[in-house]
Amino acid sequence: MAINRQYRTVISIIILCSLTSLAQAGEGKLLATPGVTQVEGSGGGGIVPWATLAGYASRDEQAVSAFATRVSVDDYRLDVWGAAINLYDRAEISFAHQNFYLKRSSAEIRQDIAGLKFRIAGDLVYSTWPQLSVGFQHKMLEDDAIANAVGAKNTNSGTDFYLVASKLHLGAIGGYNALWSLAGRATKANQLGLLGFGGDEEDGYSFQAEASAAILLSRQWAVGMEYRQKPDNLSFAEEQDWIDIFIAYLPNKHINVTLAHADLGDIAGADDQNGTYLSITGYLW
Amino acid sequence: MPSFIYILLTRPFITAVKGSKRVAALFLALSLSACATQSGDASLYQSLGEEAGIKNIVARLIYEIGDDPVIRPYFEETDLDRFHEKLSEQICEVSGGPCEYSGDSMVDVHTKMNVSESDFNRLVDLLITAMNHYKIPHPVQNQLLARLTPMRKDIIYK
Ligand code: HEM
Repeated sequence: MAINRQYRTVISIIILCSLTSLAQAGEGKLLATPGVTQVEGSGGGGIVPWATLAGYASRDEQAVSAFATRVSVDDYRLDVWGAAINLYDRAEISFAHQNFYLKRSSAEIRQDIAGLKFRIAGDLVYSTWPQLSVGFQHKMLEDDAIANAVGAKNTNSGTDFYLVASKLHLGAIGGYNALWSLAGRATKANQLGLLGFGGDEEDGYSFQAEASAAILLSRQWAVGMEYRQKPDNLSFAEEQDWIDIFIAYLPNKHINVTLAHADLGDIAGADDQNGTYLSITGYLW
Repeated sequence: MPSFIYILLTRPFITAVKGSKRVAALFLALSLSACATQSGDASLYQSLGEEAGIKNIVARLIYEIGDDPVIRPYFEETDLDRFHEKLSEQICEVSGGPCEYSGDSMVDVHTKMNVSESDFNRLVDLLITAMNHYKIPHPVQNQLLARLTPMRKDIIYK
């Protein structure tokens, strides 16, 4: 069963890579400027969405991308795969499937996420003001046993809403391009929704801040940091903010790879979860 | 008050003031160097190789344009000698060199071309390729791009 799944991941990555090398992608944006894919399937950094839409589509083009991500920390592993469509640099439709494994017990929690993002105004690179987008992520939990056990109020589904501003400054720091992104998210989700939505301590929406900062060392390499504030709805265990430090390699407009060190804090009673984040996004057309 | 107490009390204060002076000096130096990278200063012009360097880059850009199936059609009827001269002049001027742009306005030049957003970026990529050809350092490239890209709004979809 487990081997089966490993195979499936490997096979989907191979298919992804071969598709990306064959097909022609919408290429109207500058290399690296759309960013990568975040852990819930939206275009962004690694753990937070950006105002940019997934893929290199300009306002006259469409783009389709697919991604696979693995986050492996001390006691847990999260595998995510999904795809996104970019319509004319105006709307992004995304889908992600998450598989969360408890390493010690081999239990798993699965969740599907449908996302929509609209660019309201601006251009990451060229406008004086930042690019501004709004979006939501609708999360549908497939395995609710653990969410029930930890005291989540809703163990079916929940929707996050966010507003995000992102800006790239050409040559800003010693001639290097610098990027920042700041998002506000309204959410009920416990650990992305994998532990359900709302809890005994807080059942309503709470407002969380998310931020990324990156420097582009060359056209192909970027390094940066991210921060994601988390709600803390459940009395059974504290949920802590997330931080990561990443390096991304974007060799061309067809593929990119991101490696990060992630500090996810305490998760469901397991202390200080640190580990590795690895993600690959391919742009199909 | 015994003088040693006085010294004990004031010394941290004095060191703090000295420290803050140092910090202020540092900030001053930083803001001066920030000013120094603004347009008008000649260091970007020099980093691009001055007049000869810029002319080489533009010549290489024209070569890249000639090789590009998407951008070349735009230039089918262009007087390339004039284009070379005017664009070199413009880059010289925005990089802080001793030139004055004598060509037509960006809006006038690019009107009726209906240059799309993606073709604009494609030309930026060709300029980057041309600068790479002459081994212009990455930070210098970005500084030139930062001075040219504000013109984008006068160029695309006209
Ligand atoms: C920041 C970007 C750009 C700058 C700074 C720029 C600058 C210039 C300059 C200085 C000239 C010469 C003007 C004159 O002869 O008086 C020129 C001409 C021209 N530009 Fe641009 N340009 C840019 C982007 C583009 C793009 C994206 C295209 C098309 C894809 C384009 C197509 C042309 C053409 C075809 C001409 C020649 C016009 C003619 O034949 O008279 N330019 N440009």
